[in-house]
Amino acid sequence: MKLLRQPYFWLIVAFTALFAALPFWNQNITLRETLVLSAIYIILATNLNLMIGYTGYVNFGSIVFFGLGGYFTLWLISEHGWGLYPAVLFAGAVTSILAFLLGLGILRLRGAYFALATIGINEAVKDFVANFEAWGGSEGIFLPFTAFRAMGGPAKALWTVYLLIVLVMGLSLLLSYVVKRSKFGLGLFAIREDEDAAIVLGVQAPLYKSIAYSLSAFLPAVAGGLYFFKNGSVVPEEAFNLHLSIESIVMVMLGGQGTVTGPAVGAFLYERLRGILLTLPSLSNFHLVIAGVLLLLIILFAPGGLMGWLYRVWPGLRRGLE
Amino acid sequence: MKRPILEVDHVTKAFGGLLAVNDVSFTMYQGEILGLIGPNGAGKTTLFNVINGVYKPTKGRIVFDGEEITGLPPYRVVKKGLARTHQIVKPLNEMTVLENVVVGACFGRENLGLEPAREVAREILEFVGLADFAETLAGKLNIALKKRLEVARALAARPKLLLLDEVLAGLNPAEVGRMLGVIRKIRDQGVSILMIEHIMQAIMSLSDRIVVLNFGEKLAEGRPEEVANDPRVIEAYLGDPEMAKRILEEES
Repeated sequence: MKLLRQPYFWLIVAFTALFAALPFWNQNITLRETLVLSAIYIILATNLNLMIGYTGYVNFGSIVFFGLGGYFTLWLISEHGWGLYPAVLFAGAVTSILAFLLGLGILRLRGAYFALATIGINEAVKDFVANFEAWGGSEGIFLPFTAFRAMGGPAKALWTVYLLIVLVMGLSLLLSYVVKRSKFGLGLFAIREDEDAAIVLGVQAPLYKSIAYSLSAFLPAVAGGLYFFKNGSVVPEEAFNLHLSIESIVMVMLGGQGTVTGPAVGAFLYERLRGILLTLPSLSNFHLVIAGVLLLLIILFAPGGLMGWLYRVWPGLRRGLE
Repeated sequence: MKRPILEVDHVTKAFGGLLAVNDVSFTMYQGEILGLIGPNGAGKTTLFNVINGVYKPTKGRIVFDGEEITGLPPYRVVKKGLARTHQIVKPLNEMTVLENVVVGACFGRENLGLEPAREVAREILEFVGLADFAETLAGKLNIALKKRLEVARALAARPKLLLLDEVLAGLNPAEVGRMLGVIRKIRDQGVSILMIEHIMQAIMSLSDRIVVLNFGEKLAEGRPEEVANDPRVIEAYLGDPEMAKRILEEES
């Protein structure tokens, strides 16, 4: 595939550039913080889609990658004096390798059993970290203020981290796109449709699934590192928040699993919706109720999500809009 | 000299105490069409599953094209050049017919890249008469077309040996005729074919030789007319061979 000749590639680039530039327009910090959250959601949903949408395995504990990325990064920076860049890359790589090894085991499970295992892993890791003294136990890790000095002070560091998170968002979309158009992606889709048939047709399913699982861990781990660096601290409850795992599934389903555009659109819309609902004073966590109802409605009435609906209305879109 | 393409060597497959396949041996030769018949539950599909690696045999060996493949997983077996179809069709529903066949070409013996695989897939859709449905979602095909898709996907792997599991079942006479034509064309390309079939007329006319299974054991082996007149085979199918003979005589 000649990537540079694909219009969709340039769409991703343009979208990412727009995202990066928006808050710089008038140095709008509120807008920046909203967009950071949108970008994080897009990263989580887009990478989760590699499992749910491409491979057909519902990962209920995808947030564990995000949390581990955050922990590895902050630990390396605060305890070992690493810089942010090597720390997040290392965090991503280690999380990815862990996911690969884990995948070889738990991806033998199918359907609901796999989903349950992924919840178990997230909870087990959360409990482990909460009792792991080297990572601060239940109090987590706090970055010393000096950590931001290398990046020209906190104010400047936050802008840099914003750009980095947006970059990771762009890379996530690109990864989704490249995988979808590749032979590897074709193998994943075959597994999604009928794993036994795929194996008989020659797809090395155990390896393919583990690679997909591992790929879906890398960028969320990097994003976790950047996000918790930006926050200056990481604690188990926030790093391994199962709610966010489930909300990511809603985003993927809302936008349309198995497409590249869908999960990103779903994540963006969900973030907007959540923002509105969170400001309602009387109902805390009401967005979770909405998320649950939304998920139910999508699965029952529109399993293809927004993209599925669009493809039905304009079948021609299937060709251009991945 | 005929070269063996597949040797099934004293293969046993047990599920708990049940011997689904019991000490079955036979050899098939390059370019041959070998029919595998037997009453329901005789162990035919189980034997297919052992041959292509879905099940590991409890005992015995499978030798394909001079190389032992016993216990290899199916995705390795197909890369060696041994492809199969399923009795209960397994289309990749949400993918197009073309994509289904591309999967076969991509991950088959030649391990092609996407672009060459698409070329091969189009060629094969033409060959089995599915070209008009290339862009249709596989789940939307009727049963006859789904059977043809099974064959197309298996062929896309460019196999040396093709296992066909009841590709004629559920087809109307016109469709059976078309499928028989496809099978003959495949054989003419030099592909060896091992096929399970219940439609006797078809299997008798197509096969060079026939192996009969009953209760997991090999009951008979030989040319179609030999097998058809074997009293043990008739008994297995109809119960009492004397009665069977009477029925046959009355018929003629």
